[in-house]
Amino acid sequence: MAERLLLRGNEVIAEAAIRAGCQCYFAYPITPQAELLEHMARNMPRLGRTFVQAESEIAAINMVYGASGAGVRVMTSSSSPGISLKMEGISYIAGANLPAVIVNIVRGGPGLGNIAPSQCDYFQATKGGGHGDYRMIVLGPSTVPEAGELTMLAFDLADAYRVPVMILADGMLGQMMEPVELPDSIDIDSLPVKDWATTGAKGRDPNIILSFDLDPENLRRMNLELQAKYRKIEENEVRYEEYQTEDADLVIAAYGTIARIAKTVVRMAREEGIKLGLFRPITLWPFPYEPLRTVAERVSTILTVEMSAGQMWEDVRLAVCEHAATPFYGEMGGIVPTPHAILREVKKHAG
Amino acid sequence: MPKGTVVIDADRCKGCGLCIAACPQDVLAFSGNLNRSGYDVVHMEKPEACIGCAFCAMTCPDIAIEVYREKVAA
Amino acid sequence: MPASTENMVKVFERPASLTDARFTYCPGCHHGILTRIIGNTIDELGIAERTIGIAPVGCSVFAYLWYKCDSQQVAHGRACAVATGIKRARPDSIVFSYQGDGDLASIGTAESIHAANRGENFTVIFVNNQIYGMTGGEMAPTTLIGQKTTTTPEGRHAEGFGYPIRFSELVAQLEAPVYVTRQSLHDTRHIMQTTKAIRKAFEYQVEGKGFSLVEVLSTCPTNWRMTPVQANKHVEETVSAVFPLGDLIDRG
Repeated sequence: MAERLLLRGNEVIAEAAIRAGCQCYFAYPITPQAELLEHMARNMPRLGRTFVQAESEIAAINMVYGASGAGVRVMTSSSSPGISLKMEGISYIAGANLPAVIVNIVRGGPGLGNIAPSQCDYFQATKGGGHGDYRMIVLGPSTVPEAGELTMLAFDLADAYRVPVMILADGMLGQMMEPVELPDSIDIDSLPVKDWATTGAKGRDPNIILSFDLDPENLRRMNLELQAKYRKIEENEVRYEEYQTEDADLVIAAYGTIARIAKTVVRMAREEGIKLGLFRPITLWPFPYEPLRTVAERVSTILTVEMSAGQMWEDVRLAVCEHAATPFYGEMGGIVPTPHAILREVKKHAG
Repeated sequence: MPKGTVVIDADRCKGCGLCIAACPQDVLAFSGNLNRSGYDVVHMEKPEACIGCAFCAMTCPDIAIEVYREKVAA
Repeated sequence: MPASTENMVKVFERPASLTDARFTYCPGCHHGILTRIIGNTIDELGIAERTIGIAPVGCSVFAYLWYKCDSQQVAHGRACAVATGIKRARPDSIVFSYQGDGDLASIGTAESIHAANRGENFTVIFVNNQIYGMTGGEMAPTTLIGQKTTTTPEGRHAEGFGYPIRFSELVAQLEAPVYVTRQSLHDTRHIMQTTKAIRKAFEYQVEGKGFSLVEVLSTCPTNWRMTPVQANKHVEETVSAVFPLGDLIDRG
């Protein structure tokens, strides 16, 4: 029976990474993910693994590139402004077909913003903050235990598809504490060998980690291969949760911390006779367009709620089209909407 | 002085002239023959003067020169 | 007509750890000489199967084509961070980065200094030709005062543009590095000295001694607007007066 501990979101992500066999961790301090860095600093060296406090987030993501290219499981973590710095590195990681896990504990922005929770990095994560035609799998945990589960999943998906995978959490999830049953550590030796990695060309042709080709025909082919990979991911890795949507008239679309609050709103609304449901994307990329469209076809309204000016809202509208009304309620600046505030919005559209 | 000789890969030579300047025996010179890249390929103008010191090969940025040297009896 | 090679032994040939690829460098550019020296060093130390090279951004972006070793082509300036990642992941590997003056001393300043400061056990080769070659001849941090480049068309002046950075001297201030040296390739004697320095730097890595930086004064005949022979003379007479040659530290 796995032990049950009261842990902070940041710590759970760190510990889950360790149990998923993360061999190297490189990061630069930034609020509100300090506890993740500290947990890795305390634990990685005593396990014989690598912890480096990098000189910047740019250095950290490039250390990730190197270690990933050398065939080990590797992670970095940061928060919004630091993630902006990593964008070139993420593009290189995607272009070079490297696996990596990147954690963003999102804070208020733009610019220096503040250190309160936010969801204003959705565009950056899902529409490409880096240059070029690439995608990154984006996982949005809603609770502290789920943050641990999705971190372990992130390493598996990264290796399976050789892509960067982002855990898109927020400052609230990072800081809050919940009882968690930590998963068992995986057996690192049972992981498949990465025969494409730079481990020293003994008994084989050299391996080259590369995202570059001057010949447009070759680069087109590289891009088509990337796109084919992304189509496979879209077919196979969509994840979402529906909560009381079966008989709903109106559904909230939300992810992360807001989805958690929205579950309370669903219960409050139903107590008042409003048939409210929740559609919660877990993979923000690949976004669950089809499942959301299916829900939209039988309800009047999909109300998107986010801690942003309306970023996931655009994907909701793409999914829903004319099938339902698609209003939006958002808060910015690190303000976390209360259940009552969200319920007020629901009532405006409940008719 | 031992005798030596060099073999210059005409395809690799870029006619940069560094080997000509490096040779202490004035063995090398531009041949006037252009390779398929359009470079004036270097050749041994005074092969009898070559001592196989390999200064030319050491400075050749294209590793276009192989050097041979007579074995000297012990 | 060259003499026959009968009764002769071959005393100089292409290093075994280099591929047959023809270098893409300009005629007379020192990159090729340095690449050959590195190939020889890898051969002599018998480390080809353990070596992981890093190709930067710049004229040597194609470095991954030259070696029969694993390689990673990396983002501009970040080679020392990538090398850190590789070496920490694979401590038994031999890792070297190979960077120009923009890559190492401009955009990569932080990564270069901090890898040195952490004493990462890898070898950094710094090609200092006082100009940006690949992008067409702009000012580098190491460009000389008065030197004309496309971004200093009247010649670099300190006001507004700063002085040439002596990067090896900066790194030599740090406690961790084990070997910091400045060499050149402008004549046979200096090619031989550079060969010894590169050999020492790689040996120190094999022996696990720590961080080495070998700065190599090189030429860029194309963007200096000189012939290769003139360019070598320029290094001998002018450049080496600004960037003194020799070992700055050797704690091996």
